[in-house]
Amino acid sequence: MAPVLEVSGLSTVFHTRRGLVRAVQDVSFSVNAGETLAIVGESGCGKTITALSLMRLIPMPPGQITSGSVKVDGTDLLQLDEREMRKMRGGKIAMIFQEPMTALNPLLTIGRQIAEMVMLHDNASRAVAKTRAVEMLHHVRIPEPERRAREYPHQMSGGMRQRAMIAMALACKPKVLVADEPTTALDVTIQAQILDLIGDLQKEFGTAVVLITHDLGVVAETAQRVVVMYAGRKVEEAPIKEIFARPSHPYLRGLLNSIPRVGSARGLDVSPDERLQEISGIVPPLNDLPVGCAFNPRCSLANDQCRAERPAFELKHGDHYAACFQA
Amino acid sequence: MAMDKTPLIEVKNLRKFFPIKKGLLRRTIGHVRAVDGVNFSINPGETLGLVGESGCGKTTVGRVVLRLIEPSDGAIEVSGRDITTLGRAELRPMRRQMQIVFQDPFSSLNPRIRAGDIVGEPLKVHGVGDKKERQERVAQLFARVGLRPAQMNNYPHQFSGGQRQRISIARALALDPGFIVADEPVSALDVSIQAQVINLLMDLQRDSNLAYLFISHNLAVVEHISHRVAVMYLGRIVEYADKASLFARPQHPYTEALLAAVPLPDPELQRTKVRVDGDVPSPIRPPPGCHFHPRCRYAEARCKVEAPVLKEIAPGHQVACHLR
Repeated sequence: MAPVLEVSGLSTVFHTRRGLVRAVQDVSFSVNAGETLAIVGESGCGKTITALSLMRLIPMPPGQITSGSVKVDGTDLLQLDEREMRKMRGGKIAMIFQEPMTALNPLLTIGRQIAEMVMLHDNASRAVAKTRAVEMLHHVRIPEPERRAREYPHQMSGGMRQRAMIAMALACKPKVLVADEPTTALDVTIQAQILDLIGDLQKEFGTAVVLITHDLGVVAETAQRVVVMYAGRKVEEAPIKEIFARPSHPYLRGLLNSIPRVGSARGLDVSPDERLQEISGIVPPLNDLPVGCAFNPRCSLANDQCRAERPAFELKHGDHYAACFQA
Repeated sequence: MAMDKTPLIEVKNLRKFFPIKKGLLRRTIGHVRAVDGVNFSINPGETLGLVGESGCGKTTVGRVVLRLIEPSDGAIEVSGRDITTLGRAELRPMRRQMQIVFQDPFSSLNPRIRAGDIVGEPLKVHGVGDKKERQERVAQLFARVGLRPAQMNNYPHQFSGGQRQRISIARALALDPGFIVADEPVSALDVSIQAQVINLLMDLQRDSNLAYLFISHNLAVVEHISHRVAVMYLGRIVEYADKASLFARPQHPYTEALLAAVPLPDPELQRTKVRVDGDVPSPIRPPPGCHFHPRCRYAEARCKVEAPVLKEIAPGHQVACHLR
């Protein structure tokens, strides 16, 4: 089966007064229909810029996609003109954001916003689009969808707004859904509802999902494949079970060791004052990356080679890739 | 757990209702019952974790305990003395013992004041030492929270998020308090930085016998740092227990659902999906009876009319549920 989304060699830079910021460098991945690929990393690792690059939503200037291709069903989005791209956005590839309040138009009702999408992409009449909007709200399990369609975003709770945004994103049955921290602003019980919902809709429509998150718990529950990013580059990639069982890059190992876990009091003998393992230091600024491996100043395994050369992203063992001399 | 006889902080039947005003005459048309009859105590050197979802009243509890917001009713005893009746002047010396660290390390530090002056401000306000002594004390505090004293002249924007939270912690420590309210102190930080700040808070507690009211929505962090835990829902504590007991045997259906909802970083785990439907209801018109009943899968007829009270069901484990 050919992947629905194929990203290869994607690089995005920003021209700023402080110099060239290489936000995304040489990032490649592919996602099959019905599959979820998680892109994990901390703030400043380039995961959101990767998502925005896929949608071609990078403000240019100062931003610029300098190389690579983003193929959806074989069509390279980076080669399209703006008019063609607008057809793709929402039609073939859609995005949901962390904070639905900033992504929804506060002046239009929820129903109207979804209907607009349907009218634009499916050339549907106003009446058909309206019915479709209500159907979609029903689909994302919003109670009383007819009434809710007439409401404005501010009248809804955070969880409801996120559902409405998902309804809008999926209204035209896109092949690819890019979800940038879709549950980070939500409470855990609501987060669980939204993740279940995305999973169910994905199964039903066969959508390929790119899930951007910093939460390794969310990754473990939803993704089939994981890409770990650090300082704008991929540092590790593997199937979900493999990457949690044998994390290879010291950065991912550090991340996994630094998170406290719920349930440690339930059996596992963790004494109450056991220290969490820290990753020392902070993520380097993208306009001033260290020489060699970008992680070397924070890495306990770093040696002279790590401080001089950048490790290649290569196959380490069966379908497990990493960029590390020590892995 | 610390075993002192008198608790450092004891909160009794605490209430905070915010009036909702409407119309030209700003008449009060109702109340948000943000905190509705909360009881807890914290011993010296102990951490009480206060968990709940947004809007449950946990932040209001933290502020009312310090009288940053005035309570509507109830008592707040600090070493046995009720501070709710104290006037401004009498409260002032008490304030030295009680400090707060806020969630957002960006908005809680004045961007136009140097880091050293931010940390030194409480010393100045309370007239501690002369300028030189204060400088020395600030330098010590910087070292204690893992910052270089040379950074005292820098402004907040020159620090990273984790470092700013260290500045907030240093400021809270300046007057050598016995009690700190930490309101979501690591929520705005990246995970690798979270661990640094959590470790720092735990080190400080061990060295200075600090007591914390640790407010968070993150159950994993609360489980890691707390000795005892209180779970809040719509202004009330629904479960209150020793950490081990609460996480091993959650008794309230809400706690159970909350724990089940936390995604675990292990794809091999067989998860029990206990999902709760719906949203948290409005605290302006909370449901009658048990506030949780519309979302509870075990709810019975009596849950809809009669509000359950906290009762002890095992030593050190209290729960407010008719079915337990």
